[in-house]
Amino acid sequence: MTGEIWQFTYIAAAMAIIGSIKWLNSPATARQGVMAGQIGMLLAVIGTLMRHEIVNYEWILIALFLGTAIGVPLAYLMPMTAVPQLTALSHAFGALAAALVGTAEYYRYNLAGENPGAFILTALAIEILLGYLTATASVMAFAKLQDLIPTRPMTYKGQNFVNLSLLVIAIGIGVWMIMGTAPQWAFPIFIVLSLLFGVLLIVPIGGGDMPTVIALLNSYAGLSACAMGFALQNHLLIIAGALNAASGFILSVIMCKAMNRSFTNVLFGAFGQAAAGGAAKQEARPVRSASAEDAAMLLEAARKVIIVPGYGMAVAQAQHKLGELSDALVKRGVDVKFAIHPVAGRMPGHMNVLLAEANIPYDRLIEMEDINDEFPETDVAMVIGANDVVNPAARHDKTSPIYGMPILNVDKAHTVMIIKRSMNPGFAGIDNELYYADNTLMLFGDAKAMVTAINKEVAALVNA
Amino acid sequence: MSNEFELSIYLFILAIALGLEMVHRVSPLLHTPLMSLSNAISAISVVGALVIAGSGNAPNLSRVLGCIAVTCSTINVVAGFLITDRMLKMFKKAPGKGGPK
Repeated sequence: MTGEIWQFTYIAAAMAIIGSIKWLNSPATARQGVMAGQIGMLLAVIGTLMRHEIVNYEWILIALFLGTAIGVPLAYLMPMTAVPQLTALSHAFGALAAALVGTAEYYRYNLAGENPGAFILTALAIEILLGYLTATASVMAFAKLQDLIPTRPMTYKGQNFVNLSLLVIAIGIGVWMIMGTAPQWAFPIFIVLSLLFGVLLIVPIGGGDMPTVIALLNSYAGLSACAMGFALQNHLLIIAGALNAASGFILSVIMCKAMNRSFTNVLFGAFGQAAAGGAAKQEARPVRSASAEDAAMLLEAARKVIIVPGYGMAVAQAQHKLGELSDALVKRGVDVKFAIHPVAGRMPGHMNVLLAEANIPYDRLIEMEDINDEFPETDVAMVIGANDVVNPAARHDKTSPIYGMPILNVDKAHTVMIIKRSMNPGFAGIDNELYYADNTLMLFGDAKAMVTAINKEVAALVNA
Repeated sequence: MSNEFELSIYLFILAIALGLEMVHRVSPLLHTPLMSLSNAISAISVVGALVIAGSGNAPNLSRVLGCIAVTCSTINVVAGFLITDRMLKMFKKAPGKGGPK
């Protein structure tokens, strides 16, 4: 068996990349996984630089340096709340790279008058289509997450028809290119349509559906890398791209399930719009409000407390104060846990990262399925910045837009405390009957200010 | 269809199956790091970008596109890995306790 050194480097790189995802399954080995991934990527780059086809190094080195110079500050300067945006932006760059390589390859074949065959042309067309549409869709997702453009879904009549016909035309031109009979002007149009479709795909999607969309874009970026692997006959690309595609796909399925929605509904449903009707039947019902002092007394006397954080908590930057509160309570012998709904935050698992940043040990963060049975024996459930994920209407009210969505059963706890700015309904625009329940206490105020006040009261109780 | 293409498709099917199996086992606790790690891995397209950017017989336009692609995928690699590590560094167990089973 003879082989080039780069071939063995690629095999080692593939093993390292598979290992990196494998090790990520537990917090204990996760950092080892990142190390393996980095080694795999380094091996892939070094192996590639050793290939005979590569004769010009100056420009490559400049490009590598430039990419590093932009990537490092991006990764270190973004706050943890902005991880979803950063991931979207990073997708955009990766997908654009795949699309550009596809473009360059197609152009090379075209200029040389070569026909590489239908298989390679199909792979190139898929790579280019998915690459460009993922790039613009990710930029749009970034802009929505960063609040550069309105996060509410933008819809107009016949939107799905326009989008779908655009995609059909793009695929038609793609097929034409694969048959090798397309004229010169068809290729630029194919690119423009791919770019445009990416933009239009995100326009009707609301901010609340972003977790699913980012995961889906992650999957597309992987598929596009995979298509590149088919076009270049590079097995390393196929393996790494397929792993990424599978990972993005599973995460988006999990997100869809957590919202009781289907893919088509997320992509074409324009949720925020349809749900607005539910807010109309709001009526003035009495609520019980309480002060920070009352809350502190209840928490301090409790044996078991479950805190339910939502994205509103992160917006108010209350996570550090919440960490202090949980530490103080744990020190007093209270059993404190955090209940994490799968869609809490703005990307899958985002809430865990935000709480970990506030030094909350990860063994106190419990997933919905594991903690839901514990609410009946919980003295105090404290909801902070979350709304729809604790709305009991999802269990019994068939007319509610969120009916069927799995929720955290906080209403089963002895006492429910809800920290909320005002009585305004949440993102889906749905009134929450939990606020009017007999065992619910409303703590009105800014999340951070309220938790700070509770902390102070708890400390006073301890010293008394 | 040549053997080479057939082999690529088998490889794709197996890698997807492996990916689905492995990712299913990742704790929801780590879903965000998982996504940023797989995001970094998707930048494996840097390999294709390098080949076309450094190739001696590709037309100039292709090489320019290749260089831009190398820059983009490097941003993707670097940002993806660094942010993943930054996040994972923050995950700590409660002191003194055994932690999750």
